[in-house]
Amino acid sequence: MNGTSVAVNPGRGSLAVRSGVIAYVALLIVIPLMALIARGLTGGPSQLWAAITAPVALNALTLTLWTAGIMSIINAVMGTATAWVLVRYRFPGRSILSALVDLPFAIPTLVTGVMLVILFGPQSLMGKWLIGHGMKVAFASPSILLALMFISLPFVVRAVEPVLMEQDPAEEEAARTLGAGPFTTFVRVLLPPIIPAILSGTIQSFARALGEFGSIVVVSGNIPYRTLTSPVYLFGEIESGRSDTAAAVSILLLLIALISNFAARGVLRLVGVNRA
Amino acid sequence: MGVILLLPLGAVIVRALSGGVQPLIDAFHDANALHGLKLSVILAAIALVANGIVGVGGAMVLIRHRFFGRRFLDTLIDLPLAVSPVMTGLAFLLIFGRGGWFEPLLDSIGWKVTFAFPGLVLATLFVTFPFTLREVGYVLEELGTTEEEAASTLGASPWNTFRLVTLPNIRYGLGYGIILTVARSLGEFGAVLVLGGAISGKTETATTFIYNALEERQEAAAYIMALVLAVASILLLVGLEWMKHQRNKEL
Repeated sequence: MNGTSVAVNPGRGSLAVRSGVIAYVALLIVIPLMALIARGLTGGPSQLWAAITAPVALNALTLTLWTAGIMSIINAVMGTATAWVLVRYRFPGRSILSALVDLPFAIPTLVTGVMLVILFGPQSLMGKWLIGHGMKVAFASPSILLALMFISLPFVVRAVEPVLMEQDPAEEEAARTLGAGPFTTFVRVLLPPIIPAILSGTIQSFARALGEFGSIVVVSGNIPYRTLTSPVYLFGEIESGRSDTAAAVSILLLLIALISNFAARGVLRLVGVNRA
Repeated sequence: MGVILLLPLGAVIVRALSGGVQPLIDAFHDANALHGLKLSVILAAIALVANGIVGVGGAMVLIRHRFFGRRFLDTLIDLPLAVSPVMTGLAFLLIFGRGGWFEPLLDSIGWKVTFAFPGLVLATLFVTFPFTLREVGYVLEELGTTEEEAASTLGASPWNTFRLVTLPNIRYGLGYGIILTVARSLGEFGAVLVLGGAISGKTETATTFIYNALEERQEAAAYIMALVLAVASILLLVGLEWMKHQRNKEL
């Protein structure tokens, strides 16, 4: 019975609030996005296609997609493990770890980028060591992966934690008493209920990583065909005055993000989990 | 895993202080830096108030009302989270910039939105929109309507019910959402860069200040500002965790 609303006969006050909110959303969110889409579509589908498949743009898109994809998968595993540790164990520093997981939400992405430059840039200790061993991190693709790992980390953890918390350890204990080893217990008893949450968190992490700008633009070097991601490519196009191509590529990115978001919500709705 | 998160932070602190304390003091007297910081704080305050109010109202409307198009509204609210910040800047640029839909209107009033303060406000409001709404909505959903109904049957007016029953109940969810809003607003970079142009002394926020400083090879200034923002983030984080803790206690 939680949270069901009363079928209100809306008074004048309620209607005013409702109209106000709708107007705010329409003006602030809908209209700008419509302008973006409209601009991207001027020139018709052929222009749109040309803008999206321009070699640099396409390469940026591929880079963006695979880096976001890999990080999402890594986050799925690490995030689940972290959620597990946070929920099932008590240890000194647990609340600090929990706070740390939320850190990417509090810290500006640009500061994240600066941190990475300081840590791995060519003038840093680690940077020099890495270069000495033939590995480039800053101004190379590994920096993108690191940046994305940091900023998209919380999503899986936050998605899985509440589900894990609701789970009854009794089931796990029952499986153990019936002779199941730790691995079997994990795969057959513990994993299935949290799979939707993992999926949803991973997709949110992916959508977030797709649009990442601040941390990458500072540390990746933005080298076309090598470390230029779509958001940074967009930035370049806008600064060069090519708003049309920028808008076209934006539509594509928007589409991908929206589809991902819908997928995540769909999964959640299927299972009826509350979003934290 | 904590290493991944703490190590970079430590590095910033070390690097920012590596030139000694004097650069730090100098930085605090740099007019541009101070202006940038002030601008960021003002934007955060505006976002806090505007999206806080709309957030509470919107959460009430979304969770407690039933009307045609409610589901659609629900989807719209999450849109800012799906949009890359640079795209946000572009979208507003298209409306208010040269050749934009509202350009004639703005010209006649003599208002400038792009590369000016109003543009920064709009960009910040856009990117911070969902947070308060979602957090308050979550609490409203979890709490249900029993207390409000009780107040109603006891003869309280809708406004009094809201003021004396609903509002106190949602305060930690609201607080959590507000801190998220402030954090996101301080951290906003891509949209304000594109829409504001990062003009020193006019549309340069704390984040775009860092970016400009890096571009001009003024690393010390950049690192120090980054440190300031990092410290602010940590404080916000502490507040965030506290609010979350209080909220979970009450639910």
